[in-house]
Amino acid sequence: MRERVVLDLARLPLHGTGAASVTWWGTLAFMLIEGTGFALAIAVYLYLMSLATTWPLDAPPPDLLPGTLVTVILVVSVVPNVMISRWAEQQDLRKVRIGMIVMSALGVAPLIVRIFEFPALNISWDSNAYGSVVWILLGLHTTHIITDLVDTLVLAALMFTRHGDNLRRFGDVQDNAMYWNFVVTTWLPIYGCIYWIPRL
Amino acid sequence: MTADAAPDTRDADVERTHLTCTLAETWKTPAGFWGALSTVDHKIIGRRYIFTAFVFLALGGVLAALMRIQLAQPEARLLGPDRYNQIFTMHGANMMFLFAVPVMEAMAVYLVPLMVGTRNIAFPRLNAFSYWIYLAGGALLWIAFALDMGPDVGWFAYVPLSGPQYGAGKRADIWAQMITFTELSALAVAVELVVTIFKQRAPGMTLDRIPVFVWAMLVTSFLVIMAMPAIMVASTSLILDRLVGTHLFNPAEGGDVLLWQHLFWFFGHPEVYIIFLPAAGMVSTMIEPFARRPAFGYLALVMALIATGILSFGLWVHHMFVAGLPRLGESFFTASSMTIAIPAGIQVFCWLATLWDGTLVFKTPLLFIIGFIVTFVIGGLTGVMVASVPFDTQVHDTYFVVAHFHYVLVGGAVFPLLGAIHYWFPKLTGRMMSETLGQWSFWLIFIGFNATFFPMHILGLQGMPRRIYTYQPDLAWHGMNLFVSLSAAVLIAGFLLFFVNALRSARYGEPASDNPWDAPTLEWATASPPPSYNFAMIPVVSGAQPLWNVEGALPVAEGLRTDRRELVVTSLAAAEPQTREASPRHSIWPLWAALATTVMLIWSIFSPWAVVWGSIPIAVTLIGWFWPKGTPEDES
Repeated sequence: MRERVVLDLARLPLHGTGAASVTWWGTLAFMLIEGTGFALAIAVYLYLMSLATTWPLDAPPPDLLPGTLVTVILVVSVVPNVMISRWAEQQDLRKVRIGMIVMSALGVAPLIVRIFEFPALNISWDSNAYGSVVWILLGLHTTHIITDLVDTLVLAALMFTRHGDNLRRFGDVQDNAMYWNFVVTTWLPIYGCIYWIPRL
Repeated sequence: MTADAAPDTRDADVERTHLTCTLAETWKTPAGFWGALSTVDHKIIGRRYIFTAFVFLALGGVLAALMRIQLAQPEARLLGPDRYNQIFTMHGANMMFLFAVPVMEAMAVYLVPLMVGTRNIAFPRLNAFSYWIYLAGGALLWIAFALDMGPDVGWFAYVPLSGPQYGAGKRADIWAQMITFTELSALAVAVELVVTIFKQRAPGMTLDRIPVFVWAMLVTSFLVIMAMPAIMVASTSLILDRLVGTHLFNPAEGGDVLLWQHLFWFFGHPEVYIIFLPAAGMVSTMIEPFARRPAFGYLALVMALIATGILSFGLWVHHMFVAGLPRLGESFFTASSMTIAIPAGIQVFCWLATLWDGTLVFKTPLLFIIGFIVTFVIGGLTGVMVASVPFDTQVHDTYFVVAHFHYVLVGGAVFPLLGAIHYWFPKLTGRMMSETLGQWSFWLIFIGFNATFFPMHILGLQGMPRRIYTYQPDLAWHGMNLFVSLSAAVLIAGFLLFFVNALRSARYGEPASDNPWDAPTLEWATASPPPSYNFAMIPVVSGAQPLWNVEGALPVAEGLRTDRRELVVTSLAAAEPQTREASPRHSIWPLWAALATTVMLIWSIFSPWAVVWGSIPIAVTLIGWFWPKGTPEDES
């Protein structure tokens, strides 16, 4: 087919960030998938609760301290997370490197507390359906912290190499920060389900 | 030579003959076995996906034939009850999870980038990973079946039958992990398609200029994204109940068996539309060249697709009308089930109006379109019938339902798909399918299908239950069952003829021109089959039928580099150019990642520790996959 040129793309930037980046949209799509998974897991919790005569089933409510401590760490982590996203937008490599180290540490910290959180549920996963669903909720969220931590560690290492100082990597840092915000946000309704609904 | 050392060569600087050579070199898949394993070209992966899905269709067809031979006579002894249970389970699971959904996504993997005028799908390495995972999931199911370990709990795997109390051995675990494989694959493709459609459309392809098939795949992808987590939650919960002793579905410990049905059908009903909507999109796109006019009611067609997608989430309980749910819930789901007939009807009337006002070209694809409209309308009407609680209570789990869903799924999806294969075959292979064999196969399939499945409505009304491996002679079902089985032979002959036509034409068919149907969408603006780079110059779109809207020459854009893989990223609604994006090169890491995932998933059928230890090689392969190795951004 014959062609006629009507548009010049030569001056377009190579790679964009935020909504101009395909990676950003991909991250958003995976957040939608995982968010749906979280919502369904919470629906399972509420469904089983609606069938039960007492809730929790044959167990005291979970101890508040470890779960609340994780919540505090996660909420506090949003502050450096937002800052690192801004530094990445400004393409400030030095600050981004520092921020990635901080965020790596803030990814490890809730995992350490979570080691104490599982026993604090006061029930085993194989005791009854209540035990099963709270372990699944906590396990599902823990998996997300671990995967994002691995992602953050790899990206942090990458930012200290010659590959770090370019727009695409700064975009990756922003997307990683967006995903961490998602991990924090999804924890809040789960925290409410596990720790506060049994106390209502 | 690294990208760093390469000169900044733009397409505008190069003569046309030299340009295509340069682009072919830049976008090529390496030759040989290694190239085949590491390719990220959406066309190669798409063709592979389509071929594999049709292999699974053939295998599922063999199982269907076995069932029909068994049921042709009362008290037949070809299959015992255990093997029959495996066979109907395998048939359903295979057709739904390994054929119907993957083949629609496979068609989209091949066609969508071409139809939106881009050079590759978004996240091409994820695309390669999705194919390997799909292949591994299919292999798991069929190898298990060959080893007499195939699942035998129905394609829906209802608990408690599939739970630890009744489902001994590993059959139900294999079903559950096969689900995980195929859902991973489907979700990956859905993400790729959404991003490709949102961000990689040709400049000027605004929302009201997107081909209807692409719209259909966009809606379908969102259905996949929103519905498939439900089946993943369900299948993972089932594995946990079976492997580590959780009690989610165990009523004795506070669990609930109906929870399984809610989760399964919250996925399972949208699944029907995940299969049907792409087919509807194919029809709306294919109908244009064979009616010689744009499809009637573009906006209505697109709105109907979106409405169907939304409504499909409000129907799942109509699979559970006999499960003893509250009356108010039954009323709500009856109403919503009937409501979904409205957007389906809108589409049917748009297609009829297109045909009515068109100048019809009676080639094989149009025959399949007409066959689709007839069979789908029958399936839709029986769908309205079973949406009614009193009627459903009578025919539930009878052959009436078997007839209904085959009319919807085969009539509603396979007929358009076969038409689509004939229609896009030139773009897939560079050759035309035989028209004579095509028309013969259509009539055999159309007659064979209706003669096979229409009598099942009557068998169902006479009370013949589903999933029985035999029946007594005094029930007077044998005459019609024999007729159904003989008709199935006609149907199978039609499919065999289709396969012969496709395989023969791929090698010996008449060479196809770029646009043999004089079709209006962008995939026909490039060669048949398309070169590795899809388009030498990115098209610029000025109407909903780009090739019919231009007079003379196709408007194109220039300015992309030729020495490395660049494509253009555009804005979400207006499709205005935003950036030039580097598309990843071939890589073996998606295959390694798929293999590592496969080992972990199969191992986890036997030990929960597989999730812990199996995650480590997956993480290693993913780091290898994502770690930059001379990408243009790192070199520039």
